[in-house]
Amino acid sequence: MRSTTIMCLIVIGIWLTVALLAPFIIGDGNSINLEKLFVEPSGESLFGHDDLGRDIGPRILVGARVSCSIAFFVVAISVVVGTTIGIFLGWHGGLIDIIGVRILDVFLAFPGILLAIALAAVLGPGVENVLIALSVVGWVGFARLARAQTLSVKHRDHVLVAQALGTPLFKICRIHILPLIAAPIIVEATFAIAAVIIAEAGLSFLGLGVQPPTPSWGAMIKEGTRYLLIAPHMAIGPGLALFSIVLSINTVGDSLRDHLQIKRGAFQNL
Amino acid sequence: MGSLAVQRIITAAVVMLGVSSITFFLLHLVPGDPIEVMLGESANIADRAQLRAELGLDAPLFQQWTKFHAGLLKFDFGVSLYSKKPISTLIVSRLPWTVMLAMFSLGTALVIALPLGILSALRPNSAVDSFAATVSLLGVSVPNFLLGPLLIIVFSLGLGWFPVSGNSAPMSIVLPALTLGASLAAILSRMIRASLLEVLSEEYIVAARARGLKASIVIVFHALPNAALPVLTIIGLQLGALLGGAVITEMIFAWPGIGQLTIEAIQRRDYPLVQACVIIISFAYVTVNMLTDLVYARVDPRIQR
Repeated sequence: MRSTTIMCLIVIGIWLTVALLAPFIIGDGNSINLEKLFVEPSGESLFGHDDLGRDIGPRILVGARVSCSIAFFVVAISVVVGTTIGIFLGWHGGLIDIIGVRILDVFLAFPGILLAIALAAVLGPGVENVLIALSVVGWVGFARLARAQTLSVKHRDHVLVAQALGTPLFKICRIHILPLIAAPIIVEATFAIAAVIIAEAGLSFLGLGVQPPTPSWGAMIKEGTRYLLIAPHMAIGPGLALFSIVLSINTVGDSLRDHLQIKRGAFQNL
Repeated sequence: MGSLAVQRIITAAVVMLGVSSITFFLLHLVPGDPIEVMLGESANIADRAQLRAELGLDAPLFQQWTKFHAGLLKFDFGVSLYSKKPISTLIVSRLPWTVMLAMFSLGTALVIALPLGILSALRPNSAVDSFAATVSLLGVSVPNFLLGPLLIIVFSLGLGWFPVSGNSAPMSIVLPALTLGASLAAILSRMIRASLLEVLSEEYIVAARARGLKASIVIVFHALPNAALPVLTIIGLQLGALLGGAVITEMIFAWPGIGQLTIEAIQRRDYPLVQACVIIISFAYVTVNMLTDLVYARVDPRIQR
């Protein structure tokens, strides 16, 4: 494993620890101090103070909780739902598969974050609705991936043998198909976590996500852009936080993908 | 070729019908009564009944659905609740700005990605290659709502080269295009590298070199056109991310396109306008992807079925 990958894993570990513990140690980061409006970063306060005089540093740490937990739940829901539907479509084939693929195509025809924006808009802001909006968008990629992978392994000999022996369908999928298609799904899930963190911050940036006063990186960057002319530091702190975790996850995803491909190549040579 | 085109157009039409149906049902997802959400709780009963009738929400669902789609075919989305203008007029006035932004972003992405991708494919695992890899990793990891403000801080507030926002000066488009094009550039440069590397190991490249052709000629006339094919598909697919990202980018730079119109409509609870914007952006994406497929089939004779 490369040293950069290890460093990135450490960064991710730190953010996870912060996400778990920060609210218990430093509270909600909402204490207002009107004497410190827009105070710039200094030795005493590393990231400065915002438009309500709140210390930005602690708010970044508390904001990690929202980002990480939404990313975790959205990706977990997407992987489980998407993979299940994907394996079902790929395994079943026929008319159901054709209709299913069309439905996937329709969801994929909404560009990028647009469907999530529209959903968040009609559902109204709030953590649960962000969760719903991003999951509705997220499962599709996993369903398509799992379907394609299932198609490529379902005619292998060991699956055929299992069928001939009368193994129940659920068990075939769980023991004979899922392990074979897990690697690309895990890689995809890693990148999905980074993408969901960005998407959640994007929704909060547009005012459709987590609502004030709960600290969230996207909302903090949005506040920062409002005061860009007088207090550019308001956007920089949360921006750095977001950037560090997304960059780390993408790097880990890259090396995970390379690692799994190398392994696959090694098996092909046998 | 003809049958492929017909087949792709039918597929695109089916997908568009699905997109418009989902978008149509979005309004019915509004928790509680959409009329109450739009007008506020204090609105009187007569106003509510009037809006309900205007939006056709008192009709049976299927009837609403057919009416919605009949309007769609005539490019008639009804009237904006906020400005009372026809939605089609609003969209026509905003659409050129978004198309312009998308074009410039694509151009910016290509200007950055082509040299990076080609250089790193010609010298794999060199310093140039790892520099390009780092740049592209940064490019995909910096979200546009962060890159935008950063560019404003450096180039507008610091150096004073470009306007902070708006669309009044010709130079206004530089920062939005760079913001929107950065992540596309990151993905494209890696795709160009991978695709070109693969092509460079083909026998016809070795043969061309063996015939004594100059390396530069082989790369430009033999390798690049063949490497362009998979890149073309990626551009088509990534245009979706570009159009979605345009919503955020237009908000950062106060760029008066469809994306800004969407968010304004959301803030004013102008749901018919939101629906129309989502449909227009998605239809544009579906159309571009269909065209990409058809162009691909035309330039690559192996796909002609």
